[in-house]
Amino acid sequence: MKKLILAICLLFSIHLSLGASDIQLLKAPVNLEDKQSLQRGARNFINYCLNCHSASYMRYNQLQLIGLSEETIKKDLLFTSDKIGNPMSISMGADDAKKWFGAAPPNLTVTARSRGEDWIYSYLRGFYRDTSREMGWNNSVYKNSAMPHILWELQGEQILDPKTYELVLQRPGKLSPKEYDQFIGDITNYMVFMAEPNQQKRKQIGYYVLAFLFLLLVLAINLKKEYWKNIK
Amino acid sequence: MANSKNNESTGLIGWIDERFPLSSFIKNHLTEYYAPKNFNFWYFFGALALFVFVMQILTGIFLTMHYKPDAAEAFASVEYIMRDVSFGWLIRYMHSTGASLFFVVIYLHMFRGLMYGSYKKPRELLWLFGVLIFLLLMAEAFFGYLLPWGQMSYWGAQVIVNLFTTIPFIGPDLAEWVRGDYLVSDATLNRFFAFHVIALPLALAGLIFGHLIALHEVGSNNPDGVEIKAFKDKKTGIPLDGIPFHPYYTVKDLIGLSVFLIVFASIIFFAPEMGGYFLEHNNFVPANPLVTPDHIAPVWYFTPYYSILRAVPPILNSQFPGVAAMGLSVLIFFFVPWLDKSPVRSIRYKGLLYKKWLTAFVLSFFVLGYLGTVPSNIWGQFSSAVPLLGNGDIATFVARIFTIIYFLFFILMPFYSKKDKTKTVPNRVTMP
Amino acid sequence: MANGNNKVDLKRRKFLLAATSVTGAIGASALALPFASSMLPSEKAKAAGAAVEFDVGSVGPGEIKTTEWRGQPVWILNRSKDMLKSLDVKNNNLSDPNLKVVSQQPTYCQNATRSIKSNVLVVVGICTHLGCSPSPKLEKKGDMGNEWEGGFFCPCHGSKFDLAGRVYKGSPAPTNLVVPPHKYLDDNIIIIGEDQEEKA
Repeated sequence: MKKLILAICLLFSIHLSLGASDIQLLKAPVNLEDKQSLQRGARNFINYCLNCHSASYMRYNQLQLIGLSEETIKKDLLFTSDKIGNPMSISMGADDAKKWFGAAPPNLTVTARSRGEDWIYSYLRGFYRDTSREMGWNNSVYKNSAMPHILWELQGEQILDPKTYELVLQRPGKLSPKEYDQFIGDITNYMVFMAEPNQQKRKQIGYYVLAFLFLLLVLAINLKKEYWKNIK
Repeated sequence: MANSKNNESTGLIGWIDERFPLSSFIKNHLTEYYAPKNFNFWYFFGALALFVFVMQILTGIFLTMHYKPDAAEAFASVEYIMRDVSFGWLIRYMHSTGASLFFVVIYLHMFRGLMYGSYKKPRELLWLFGVLIFLLLMAEAFFGYLLPWGQMSYWGAQVIVNLFTTIPFIGPDLAEWVRGDYLVSDATLNRFFAFHVIALPLALAGLIFGHLIALHEVGSNNPDGVEIKAFKDKKTGIPLDGIPFHPYYTVKDLIGLSVFLIVFASIIFFAPEMGGYFLEHNNFVPANPLVTPDHIAPVWYFTPYYSILRAVPPILNSQFPGVAAMGLSVLIFFFVPWLDKSPVRSIRYKGLLYKKWLTAFVLSFFVLGYLGTVPSNIWGQFSSAVPLLGNGDIATFVARIFTIIYFLFFILMPFYSKKDKTKTVPNRVTMP
Repeated sequence: MANGNNKVDLKRRKFLLAATSVTGAIGASALALPFASSMLPSEKAKAAGAAVEFDVGSVGPGEIKTTEWRGQPVWILNRSKDMLKSLDVKNNNLSDPNLKVVSQQPTYCQNATRSIKSNVLVVVGICTHLGCSPSPKLEKKGDMGNEWEGGFFCPCHGSKFDLAGRVYKGSPAPTNLVVPPHKYLDDNIIIIGEDQEEKA
C-alpha cells in the first residue's frame, strides 16, 4: 500500500514539472482584496478592452462588489443610453470583427478561468514589433495572435532579440515599465474578479459551512460512541 | 405480507398501517434489519453513494429551472446560473463536484466489494445490480458533460460518439443516429439533455431500489466475510453478531456523512475547479466545431478506460479492438462472481497471491487513470536503438503493460484464486 | 445483550440525540435557503424589470401613449381640461371613489386625480379582474353609450374605468387600476418603477 501511494505521488510530481515547462509565464499580481486595484482595472478594462471585446455575461451593477457606487458606475463607466443592470456587451458585430482582425475578438468574461491569470498578464506584456504581421505586432506568449497591441502608446515598442529570444523595450511609452506592469496587473486582477464575481463571497460562506460541519462531526462522534458503548 | 405483529392498530400510525405497511417497512429495513456489527469505514460508501445520488437529483432539478438545452444558449445559460441566479453558483458547484465525488465514492464502494468478496454466493445478483448502476452512471456523467457546451464538452462528446463509427458495418450509421446530425450539434445536445435529466436518473433510481432490495434479502457481507445468519439466538432468531441498522448504523453513518460533507464543502467553497480535474479550463471556452483544443482528455473518472482505448493498437487498420477493449474493461466486472473460485470471501483470509493481484490491479487502475489525463508523448520516446520498441512512445508502452495487468487480474482469477493458500475463517465475526 | 453492562447513560444519550438532531435540522434548513432563493427573480429579470424613463412632454393634451415596464403596458394619459372636469362630477357610480384600497396607488397619488401632476395619469394598463388589457375609450358617448364620460373598457369581461382608472360599479373588476411608483426627474421626464421621495 505504501509503495502504491509513493508511486502515485511520483507520477503526479512528474506531471506538475512537465506542465510548467511549456512557456515561462510571469506571475500575475492578483489580489482580490485590493479594491483600489480592481477599480482601476475595471476602468482600464472598460476603456481599452471593451471596445472590441465583449464581456457580456457580466453586468455593470456587479461592479458594486468591488466598491464602486451605483452613481459612479452610471456617471463614469456607462454610456448614457445604458442601464446599470445591462451586460457589458459591445456594438461591434462578430462578423465585422472577423473581417477586420481575421478572428473575432473573444468574449472575455471568463477568460481568466480558461487561460489563467498568469497567461493574461504575460500576454499583455508580451507584444513586440513584427513587420511581417498584417497588424505589425506579434506576441511572445500567443504566437501570431490576431490582436494588435492596443496598449503600445502606454508600454512603448518592444522587439524580440533574435539571439536571446528576450523582449527588449526599444522605444519607451507613456508609462514606465513599472507603471505599465501595474496597469496590466490591475486589468488582470479585474478579469479574475469578473470571471467569478461571487468568489470572495463563496470563500466567506465556506468558512461558516466548515465550522458548522466540524460541530456536526463532533456531535456525531459522541453520539455514536454513546450508542456503541456496549457493542463488543 | 404485513405480519400483524409488526403493525400498530391505534392512532395515526395504526390508521396508516391498516392501509400501508409503514411500521413493518421501518422494522424490516431499519430497526429490525440486522447488520453485522464489525463494519469498518469501507462500509460508509454505500450510504454515501445514495446520499450523493439524492443530492445530484435535487441540485439537478434546480439547475434545469435555469439551464437552456440549446446550442446557441447553453453556454451562456450556465454563466447565467453562475452569476445572475441567486446562489446559482452554489447549486452548480454542488452538482459538478457531486459528479466527481459520486465516482470517488462508487470506486471505493466497488473496491470494498472486491476486498471482502461481497459478490460471492449468495450476493451475485446484488453485485450485478451494482455493476449495472456503475455502467448507467458512466452514461449519465457522459451525457451531462455535454450540457455546459464548452470546448471539452463538445470534443469529448465528439470523440466518444465517434467510437461508435469503428464498429464494423453499422458503425457510421449508428454514430449518426446517436448524434441526430452529421456532427455533434443542437440536436445532440437536446437528446443528451433528455437522457441526462430524465431517462437515466429514472433507470438509476429503479436499479438502486433493486440493489437495496437484493441487499436486504441476502443481508450485508462484512470484513470477515462470515455469514452472520449461521449463528442465531435460539429464542429470538436474531443473528448473534447482528445489530439493528437503526440506531447503530444510522448514528455511525452520520460520522461518515459528516466527514464526507467536510470534503465536499472544502471543494465546493475553496477549489471548485479542483485544479482543472473537476471543471476543466478549456470548458470555459464555448464549443467551437471548427477548432479542437490542443490537448483533450476526458474527465478524470473516465481516464483509465480512455488509456486502455489508446493503448490497444489498431488491428487491420481498424480502431475497433481498442474500443472493444475499453468496453470490455468495464463489462468484465459482471463476471467477477464466477471468476473467483476462492473458498473464502474476505481478503483477510485469502493468501498472498490474491493480495498481490489486487494490488497490481489497483496500481494499474491508477497508472492508467493518470496516463489518460496526459498526452501520450509525455515521457518521450524510446531511442531508435531499442529493438521492437524503437521510436515508440514510452507512455504508450507503459499503458500497454498495465492494460494487460488490468485484464489479467480478471482473466487469471479462476486460477490464482483456486491456487491461493487461504487461512481458516472464524465462525463468528471479529471486532476491530 | 447490550443491557448487561448497564452503562447506558440515558440522559447523555437523549441530550446528544437532541443536539445532533437540532444541528442537523438547522443545517438542512440552511441548505434549503439558497435553493429557495434561486427561484427569486434573477439579476437578468431584475435588469429587464428595471425602472424606465418616459418623456411626458411628448404626449399632447387629450392624448394617450403606452410604454412598457416589467413587461406590462403602462399608459401615460395627458388629460385635457374637459377630461379632468369629468372626474369632478360627484359620481356615485364608482366602486371606490375615495381610494380606500390603498394598495392600488402610491401615497403621493392618493388624491382626486390619482396623479402627481393633476393632468398626467400614469397607470398600469392591466385590468384588476383577470389581467386583460382594457381599451382606452377616451371620447365621451360614442360606441359606449350616451352616459359614457370617457375612460377605459375591458373587452374580456366588460369592466369599465373612468379617466383616473377608477372602476365603475357593476364591473367584475374589484379594484381601481394600479398606479405604478413613478417620479419626475424634471418637468417632463418621468421614471416609472422608482418612488418619489416623500415630501418633508
